[in-house]
Amino acid sequence: MIDNFLLLFQAPTVAVQTLIDGILIGAILALAAYGMALVWGVMNIINIVQGELVILGGYITLTLANMTGIHPLWTVPIAAVVMYFIGYGIYKIVIHRVVDEDMFISILATFGISIILQQLMDQVFGADIQSADTGFDSWGYLDDAITLSQIHVISLVIVIVLATFLVLYLKRSKMGRAIRATAQDARAARIMGVDTDHVYATTYALNAAICGAAGSLVVMTWIIHPFLGLAYTVRSFLIVIVAGLGNMVGVIIAGLGLGAAEQYASFLIGIEFRVAFVFLLMVVILIWRNILLSKERRYLK
Amino acid sequence: MNNSMIKYGLIGIAGILAPIVFANFQVQLGFLWLMILFALTWDTQGGQMGYNSFGNILFFGLGMYVCAMVQVGLVYDVGVYTAAAGLDSGKLNGEQYLTGLALGMGAAAVVGVAVAALIGSGILGLRGHYFAIGTLGLGIAFGEIFAGWDYVGAGSGLAPPPFPDELDFLGGRNLFFYYIFFALAVIAFFTLKKIYASRFGLALNAIRDDEDKAEAMGLRTVRIKTISWCVSAFFLALAGGPLGMLVGFIDPRETAFAGVTFGIWMVLMAILGGKGTIWGPVIGAAIFHVTQEFFWSFLLGWQRVAMGVLIVVIVVFFPRGIMGWLRDTWPDRFGEKVDESVPQEGAAQ
Repeated sequence: MIDNFLLLFQAPTVAVQTLIDGILIGAILALAAYGMALVWGVMNIINIVQGELVILGGYITLTLANMTGIHPLWTVPIAAVVMYFIGYGIYKIVIHRVVDEDMFISILATFGISIILQQLMDQVFGADIQSADTGFDSWGYLDDAITLSQIHVISLVIVIVLATFLVLYLKRSKMGRAIRATAQDARAARIMGVDTDHVYATTYALNAAICGAAGSLVVMTWIIHPFLGLAYTVRSFLIVIVAGLGNMVGVIIAGLGLGAAEQYASFLIGIEFRVAFVFLLMVVILIWRNILLSKERRYLK
Repeated sequence: MNNSMIKYGLIGIAGILAPIVFANFQVQLGFLWLMILFALTWDTQGGQMGYNSFGNILFFGLGMYVCAMVQVGLVYDVGVYTAAAGLDSGKLNGEQYLTGLALGMGAAAVVGVAVAALIGSGILGLRGHYFAIGTLGLGIAFGEIFAGWDYVGAGSGLAPPPFPDELDFLGGRNLFFYYIFFALAVIAFFTLKKIYASRFGLALNAIRDDEDKAEAMGLRTVRIKTISWCVSAFFLALAGGPLGMLVGFIDPRETAFAGVTFGIWMVLMAILGGKGTIWGPVIGAAIFHVTQEFFWSFLLGWQRVAMGVLIVVIVVFFPRGIMGWLRDTWPDRFGEKVDESVPQEGAAQ
């Protein structure tokens, strides 16, 4: 661990390489986190199933690419559309029954859905670690001391495009306005003629679509596995609590930061503790922020 | 001899005789008492104190590892033992086994309570859903740490020493551990019953109802919350060791820090029975465990999917639990007077 720490200073290229890798992965995490912030802000639900939706998106890409032989990149929009309908279905079957309940109930309900999805994916796709082969190379700089994987860069571009589209959709479209109105005050929005149930369904489906696209990128740049979902849920949650609800810029910065922090941590303490680091970081940030608030006799709400 | 004495007597006799009558189901029956212990100790925070923890499994897993490490460590070097997993060298004789178990459970209890006390004041300062997710993260983080720690076998787990043949006069491994779980569940039940009836129990309920007011009334809420967590941690850590030895293999994510099975089941069982009551978790655990065993027998391969469906169904359609339903239906049996002249709008809340 100390050796690796010193290595970061002796070979600055390693430090730069780790930073770049981390930031490129962080962009995907930010995308999933934005979806979580959307559902949290509009519906007041912490969506524990978030990570499973990401992984499911990855499996859609993988299945399509293996079955039809098309390049995995083209499956990103397909995964998003399929996940949109799956999200809509999940809302209509379960979520609309718990949307007005206590937050604890919705956490438990989405936890239950996440267990169902995990086990279904395990049954259908098998418990192996999988990833999609994109056939892309990487660019090398400084005699290949620093490499830039092309698929990571492409996925960063896709994330930027999707994020721009999302922001425009929420700002400009009629549905986007209804979603923002519901987030501000659901009761007032209902009085003004907004069909809030439809808004909730769309928001949840939109979140699932975002997760689907994110998962599709994850399977190309990284790996997927039926039981990796919870880590993505916690990453999203972590990014949202750091950035705050409805703050796109904050989510992106926090996402990139988390990606970099994770990459450095797994370099320093070993990749086997990467997930543990993410979970502990979340606990530490929660407690730390709460202690800061408690000095003013307040607490995290 | 009043009513409740008869009730406890019958349950006690049933608990003692059950594994002898149904000798084929000793393991399942042992798990039943463990589930009751899970639900009871979870309800101390979730039901009585209003702190919905998803991470109480942490103490269970910690206890399991500490107990196994002490038991092995008294005779062998733990690192060498785990590295040579599956070899025949890991046998203990009866005396070593029992001393190891006793000392291990003791050490586990100490470690569990110490960890609860240490992290309690920090994490119990969180409220509502932040507490729920924070504890969830903590439980899984510990699982991941043990899954990366080579000394205790990392991800491939740790196999506690097999039950020595010379101890067969105790009735065999399954019966022996059955009685340990039975005893732990019974002790936990009466301890918690005593606590809930005391001033401390009232303080717990005060925190659940309005923590700020409770603090304003002069209750030391941080201390009370931490002590209550320590009580749960004590029983969970004690139960961890015997379970590891009953199962015969400790997988860091699946057996010890099993957040998505035991960790969530303990919440569900308490909710199914009825949060905030002493009998609710017991009834909920019994029903849940029997259902779970049926799933296991009839839906093999899909039982875990079925468990997920069961969780969603309970949460969505039955959030007040069996005791809550009984209470709504026959309020007078619970000592609540219903004034029929007043409209009962929203009385259920």
